[in-house]
Amino acid sequence: MKLDPSIRDAMLAATPNLRAFAISLARNVDRADDLVQETLLRALANIDSFQPGTNMSAWLFTILRNHFRSEYRKRRREVEDADGSYTASLTSQPDQTGKIEHEELRAALAKLPPDQCEALLLVGASGFSYEEAAQICGCAVGTVKSRVNRARNRLAELMSIESVDDFGPDRETQAVLSAASRR
Amino acid sequence: MQQQKAASHAESRMKSSAGSGRLGRDVQQKIGQQLRSMYDDVIKEGVPDRFTEMLRQLDSIDDGSNKGPRE
Repeated sequence: MKLDPSIRDAMLAATPNLRAFAISLARNVDRADDLVQETLLRALANIDSFQPGTNMSAWLFTILRNHFRSEYRKRRREVEDADGSYTASLTSQPDQTGKIEHEELRAALAKLPPDQCEALLLVGASGFSYEEAAQICGCAVGTVKSRVNRARNRLAELMSIESVDDFGPDRETQAVLSAASRR
Repeated sequence: MQQQKAASHAESRMKSSAGSGRLGRDVQQKIGQQLRSMYDDVIKEGVPDRFTEMLRQLDSIDDGSNKGPRE
């Protein structure tokens, strides 16, 4: 297996983005880097199944996502984590990427169901289209859309992000809504 | 007329914001910005040596050890 330089370059080019996804999923830099390494090794071992000219990044994300899923399921069986205390302990580990300003966001992401979390990360942060995200997650485009939608709603709720649109219809909506809730 | 238009707009927004409906564009944008900023911190770190080193080593090992049937 002599590495084709263009393949190697494409892999390295995708690595920072892949790592950001892995850290957000695993919530621990060391574990995330292990995930990325395993992903690159698996990709190389299966390089014959990669179709040149197709999206290397999406292919790597698919491998990482599937690997993470099976690891996650294994760990869930091993570690009693019904209330999320294990993931909370991971989140609180200090590391250079766990900056205070993003802690609230990371904590909120940790509360999302895994399906919704990965969909939101792929579309909202990694920059994949709904179609690509659907391919990566092995589900229908409509499913990704609704997962992203639900994830955004839940995040907005958890982080109490409210509309800053003080003018126009939005204020009226809120007036109508609060009037309705008073009833 | 203007009011009516605004009211119907408000109504449709209210409908869509119920349950799992759609968020305002500004809220979506804020979430997107925060997600990307979280990512940017990691992306700025570039490719850790660990990975460039790993690919380099695999490449050089394969020179000698893997004379498979390919090609």
